[in-house]
Amino acid sequence: MSVFVAQSEPVIPDFGEASECVVENRLFCPDWVRDNWAGVLQPALVEHVKLVFIAVAFGFVIALVASLVTHRFKLLEGPITVFSAVVYTVPSLALFQLLVPLTGLTVTTVEIALVGYTLLILFRNNLEGLRAVSPDVLEAARGMGYTRRQTLWRVELPLAVPAIMAGLRVAVVSTIALATVAALVIPEGLGYPIFLALREAFKTEIIVAGGLAIGLALLADGLLVLLERAITPWARVRRTA
Amino acid sequence: MIGADLSVFPDAVQFVIDERALILEKTWDHLLLSAAAMAVAIAVALPLGVWLGHLHRGSFVAINLANVGRALPSLALIALGLAFLGVGFANVTLALVVLAIPPILTNAYVAVDGVETDAVEAARGMGMTRWQIVSRVELPLALPLVFAGIRTAVVFVIATATIAAVAGGGGLGDIIVNQAGYGLEGVVGAAICVSALALAADALLGLVQRLLTPPGLRAGARALEPDVTTGVTRL
Repeated sequence: MSVFVAQSEPVIPDFGEASECVVENRLFCPDWVRDNWAGVLQPALVEHVKLVFIAVAFGFVIALVASLVTHRFKLLEGPITVFSAVVYTVPSLALFQLLVPLTGLTVTTVEIALVGYTLLILFRNNLEGLRAVSPDVLEAARGMGYTRRQTLWRVELPLAVPAIMAGLRVAVVSTIALATVAALVIPEGLGYPIFLALREAFKTEIIVAGGLAIGLALLADGLLVLLERAITPWARVRRTA
Repeated sequence: MIGADLSVFPDAVQFVIDERALILEKTWDHLLLSAAAMAVAIAVALPLGVWLGHLHRGSFVAINLANVGRALPSLALIALGLAFLGVGFANVTLALVVLAIPPILTNAYVAVDGVETDAVEAARGMGMTRWQIVSRVELPLALPLVFAGIRTAVVFVIATATIAAVAGGGGLGDIIVNQAGYGLEGVVGAAICVSALALAADALLGLVQRLLTPPGLRAGARALEPDVTTGVTRL
């Protein structure tokens, strides 16, 4: 279902006279960006960040719980992995459309799909991280009289942080990319100006909105690397040693 | 529009049955587009990844390329490609190639780079030439992981080829983005088809991957598992 069907307003919002550059559809028109930053681009960027944040937050909590449960009850690994792998394989455009009959043209539809795509990456990395903790370390924790819960919170989870963060980076970056496709269902996020501009082949808007999506992904990736360094000071010590 | 309307799904199945000629034609276009992109991407990325892995050089580029590749939203990339190059089969193919290269290159690099030094040393000791070491020792041992990268890329390309329809790329996406023309049942029907296509491709390639794994490695299925640090390899 396309949100464009009932859409008839012009793609280039008409703020009085369109500049010569816009009329000629040159490669890049700074004046269009200036005029439309507050009205078109900035709201799309903010919506995009919101969509991604909600999806990754939900996906992270679900995947963390699933990986902790699986860590304890190994039998669950197969079913959870198969389910999340199947969801992951379904093309995004198709998954959004398959959910529309169930949840309508809503943010819920988009978020369900986006959360679904984060699950495989986050679940697997969390589990790998928890499992990679060396038996010697666990033995030492037991020797110090740690209970199972203490071992989890004070030993296993902290040591799994690098793997968990690696998964989080992949999840955030790929969700930023996938959220652009969400614009086919709801008129939100950076995908919306991209779709509208594509329809009219309006170059400036394609370049700016596409560039913003790419820039956002790179920025988020960089920030997560810094976050990982900040919360795992021991890893840095080991690197320099 | 709020609330579940499940009657669409049987209608969608009916649409696929009634319009099977159309669906088959679009599926063929979809496969053609994906195959063209994969052929170019493999031709470029595979030799490069294997060679860099053999030399144990360029890990920074090979690993980070995968991260950068993932950071590129495919819709944005296709849109940008069309802004600069215009619409057409070749341009959509090019955008898909750019997206398919990172997983192939990174997996090929990681796989060949990770072949046990002992095995390579032994081959050298037996008097194998460099080419023989690559083709008879490193490649067979790296094959499962190399193929996992190709498999990832194929699923990715099939999904992205759907999005390419927004930009006039053809394929099953043409139906999905054209609700005015095909109705919701057509959209959902095509979505079911493209999902089935991706799942089938993934399952088929998984089977090939298993067959390609040297018998000696089959027990040690670790090679098929994902690399946590790069996150590129999948099932």
